Amino acid sequence: MDYFLTEEQKLLQEIAYEVTKEKIRPVRAQLDESEEFPRNLMDILAKTDLFGVCIPEEYGGLGGGVFENCLVVEQIARGCIGIATTFAATGLGIYPILLGGSKELKKKYLPDIAAGKKLAAFALTEPGAGSDVSAIITRAVKAGNEYVITGTKQWITNGGEADIYTVFAITDPSKGPRGASCFVVEKGDPGFSFGKKEKKLGIRASATRELIFNECKIPKDRLVGREGMGFILAMKTFDKSRPGIGALGVGLAQEALDIAAEYARKRVQFGKSIISFQAIQHKLADMAIKVEAARSLIYSAAKYIDTEPKDASKVAAMCKVFASDVAVEVALEAVQILGGYGYMRDYPVEKLLRDAKILQIYEGTNEIQRNIIGQEINKEYGRKKESIL
Amino acid sequence: MKAIIDKELCTACGECADVCPVEAISIREEWAEVSDDCTLCGMCVDTCQYDAISLPEVGTGPKKDKEDYKGIWVFAEWRHGEIHKVSYELLTTGRKLASKKGIPLGAVLLGHNLEGMEKSLFEYGADVVYMVDHPSLEHFTDEIYGNVLTELIKKYKPEILLAGGTSTGRSFIPRVAALLRTGLTADCTELDINEEGLLVQTRPAFGGNIMASILCPHGRPQIATVRPKVMKAEPLEHPTNGLIERVDLPEEIFRTKIEVLAEHKVEGPSANLVEADVVVSGGRGLMKKDNFGMLYELAELLNGAVGASRGAVEAGYADSSQQVGQTGRTVAPVLYMAVGISGAIQHVVGMQGSQVIVAINKDKEAPIFDVCHLGIVADLFEFVPAFIKKIKQERGEKE
Amino acid sequence: MHIVVCLKQVPETQNIRIDPETHTLVRQGVASILNPFDYFALEAALKIKDERESVKVTAITMGPPQAKDVLIDALSRGADDAILISDRAFAGADTWATSFTLAAAIKKLEPVDLIICGKQAIDGDTAQVGPELATILNWPYATYVKNVEFLDNSTLKITRQTDEGYAVWKLPLPALLTILKDVGDPRPRSYKCTLRARKYDIPTWGVTDLNLDENQVGLKGSFTQVIKVFSPERRKDKLILEGSVDELVEQLYSWLKEQRIPGI
Repeated sequence: MDYFLTEEQKLLQEIAYEVTKEKIRPVRAQLDESEEFPRNLMDILAKTDLFGVCIPEEYGGLGGGVFENCLVVEQIARGCIGIATTFAATGLGIYPILLGGSKELKKKYLPDIAAGKKLAAFALTEPGAGSDVSAIITRAVKAGNEYVITGTKQWITNGGEADIYTVFAITDPSKGPRGASCFVVEKGDPGFSFGKKEKKLGIRASATRELIFNECKIPKDRLVGREGMGFILAMKTFDKSRPGIGALGVGLAQEALDIAAEYARKRVQFGKSIISFQAIQHKLADMAIKVEAARSLIYSAAKYIDTEPKDASKVAAMCKVFASDVAVEVALEAVQILGGYGYMRDYPVEKLLRDAKILQIYEGTNEIQRNIIGQEINKEYGRKKESIL
Repeated sequence: MKAIIDKELCTACGECADVCPVEAISIREEWAEVSDDCTLCGMCVDTCQYDAISLPEVGTGPKKDKEDYKGIWVFAEWRHGEIHKVSYELLTTGRKLASKKGIPLGAVLLGHNLEGMEKSLFEYGADVVYMVDHPSLEHFTDEIYGNVLTELIKKYKPEILLAGGTSTGRSFIPRVAALLRTGLTADCTELDINEEGLLVQTRPAFGGNIMASILCPHGRPQIATVRPKVMKAEPLEHPTNGLIERVDLPEEIFRTKIEVLAEHKVEGPSANLVEADVVVSGGRGLMKKDNFGMLYELAELLNGAVGASRGAVEAGYADSSQQVGQTGRTVAPVLYMAVGISGAIQHVVGMQGSQVIVAINKDKEAPIFDVCHLGIVADLFEFVPAFIKKIKQERGEKE
Repeated sequence: MHIVVCLKQVPETQNIRIDPETHTLVRQGVASILNPFDYFALEAALKIKDERESVKVTAITMGPPQAKDVLIDALSRGADDAILISDRAFAGADTWATSFTLAAAIKKLEPVDLIICGKQAIDGDTAQVGPELATILNWPYATYVKNVEFLDNSTLKITRQTDEGYAVWKLPLPALLTILKDVGDPRPRSYKCTLRARKYDIPTWGVTDLNLDENQVGLKGSFTQVIKVFSPERRKDKLILEGSVDELVEQLYSWLKEQRIPGI
């Protein structure tokens, strides 16, 4: 389908897919097996300029928005969402700076991210604060010209690999959610260390670690925005990043469909290619419908979110839920179409299935997303004056 | 310039238009017409059944002293004090060409402390050995080797020069050709003399999918390189002692801008890969680095070297110096065994010149089975150890 | 420092063959690509540009007008400038005439400190143009180079692959190198460079721009001429064996014995 992209948008897709095809697809199985962090692939991606996709041009970026970011992430996800997650997590890590950081903070951190010289990470989740983000207990205490941070962040994508971390900590425990603030912590800051690398079901090329802050001292100008703005920044970040998770799902589902369709045309049983059987055709048809529907939603939602609307949270949540569910369903069907081969590690689809599952969990579980949508619906209809019944 | 159509002979059949790779030929009512897109590749000339197409003449005309050039020369390459086998192969071929033309066969030996090395050149048919012995020739550099050979050619004027298509020959012979302003054809697989007495140089092009025959009508000498093991080396039955011509050249010929800091012979897995008679190569099918062990064992039994596909190198199973294929080494051993290699074209172009290709793969559909002479559809993990055992058994019985 | 990278557009050779029945060239699906070895030459130049200060990389190619595609590709990966050397009169050039024409272009581009070429082109596989070009320019050169180091601004230390190992040479600039893949994986296209490349107006230099005589270039300036092209001999009938491992081992062993393989 033609989504009437501009020349520049098409070029973003083209470059992202080219690097995916040439550099990522050939090594994805190996990276999955070895669970290695592909530093060299990050260096290669850096050369494409794509790390700067949503960073303003004045900071060395390409000046795109959520939509452009989705276009790029989708293409990389066709290769491996472990790598696409690493890429997208850098975007997630810098959104708080983009949204609330001072000019000085932007100038200091964004050009290196845009150039791919440094990776970023977003640190909110804690052992006791997953879906319930208001339960975070990491503390930041102001002491003269410094903040002292103490606490532990869990399951942080790019943990240990990133150079720049946006960390959420409580500055005023008396204010509840309004007492959280966001800080930039650099790798190497005193008192900042990493826990063990997690072993995961999927996205094994990405690095997930614990961040440990033991009276970690940072200069006070590393505060992003003002004290107390932490939660707002986190939520605004999710409004921008969740369509990107949807785009990861679309890319993964597209890959599953592509492999399944190619296989179904080649695989001969009962003297015919299995694509000639209606059972298989219907599966492929459903997969194709879902992929295209998810893509249409992501593209239009991302463009809409780029206009800074009031109901961005609801739309962003819809993207995340729908496309991640599609990814799991389509990957599952792809395994079924490939049959025994689909279950074997010699073929790429079992990895797609293992990888897809994370999309329904991270950046807010799909249950939480549905809560958000549901609450928004309740509010919206409460405001409505017109009645049908 | 473009291909020339003889309108009298052309039948407008259209065959030439079908083969033109740049779509430069269109068919008019009664004849074919060539557009300015023509690259003079000559594809159409060969296709035309009616001899209606020709190419414009090459060059600006014959060299003035063309007739002064006589005889065939072979550049004799050596390694560690011994003549390289390719030089014997070229002498054998050169001898046949020389006798067809009734001209003498010379060999050129450049180096330092060469005494005695010329003997074997006579055994393979050289009538004269031209020797330049100089300390600056101890290490190869394109500059000095090129300059010295050029001086010799200017002095003695051979009409044909043959050299091995080794990393040495392929590197410095183009310098000789450029200094002498003459043509050069690389990696010939067949050499002959035509009715006009010209050297017909046949070589593969387009990754071996096409063969081309090439002439150098006006330049002298006509120069060709030939890959090792392409031609056969046959010593003379009754060798006679030929003439040794020791040549002294002025010192300035040996001046160079290049300094050789070191030369290393690599031992280990890739040693001898290009020159070995047997190459056993492994691909991704080996699954892990340790499994390459059985290939080393097999190669050692056959006195061969171990190669690898790009996939195996990228997966870290083998060293990049072992890679055979388009971006690796080109090999042409007597026996090439492809073990667990699917046979991507990029691999095939690096080994298709091998005399005998054996493929072992469990996937019957693998493209490697299209290029091999003998294909074994089997699990390599069962087959290779069993085959090693068989060779050992056979040897044990004999001993 | 000014580095010139010589590129060649070639047909994707894997798809070129002669139909065994009609004896005609099958060109179906034959795309034009940048010679795979030239990617490494370009990468070597761009790496030097990454590592050293004020390096300019110019990509040149000689070929028909459509060869400018490979220049756009080079610009998209980070080359600063590009020149297309194209003229009807260049058609049919052999390696000598090509080198002669390129040498004229290099002179027009002077000052040039370093020329980098791929080790060979996959269509002709001659590996001659690099050495011939250097010889015509009277520059030192090294072929099959796997590593390049700068000793100072005007001296290189290079490692070149030989049939049995490697050699380390010191050579002064200006010089020409032909490069192996060991210099590193070619980088991908960059978004910013590709946007620039699309707008970049690539100059075309022909016979008159290079002050050449039509008799010195193309087929007229060449020494060698292709007189015939034909299909290589078909492989003798291949044998594909299946069965038990023990049977297969016996079959292979006796077959190799028949073929008189040394060691069997």
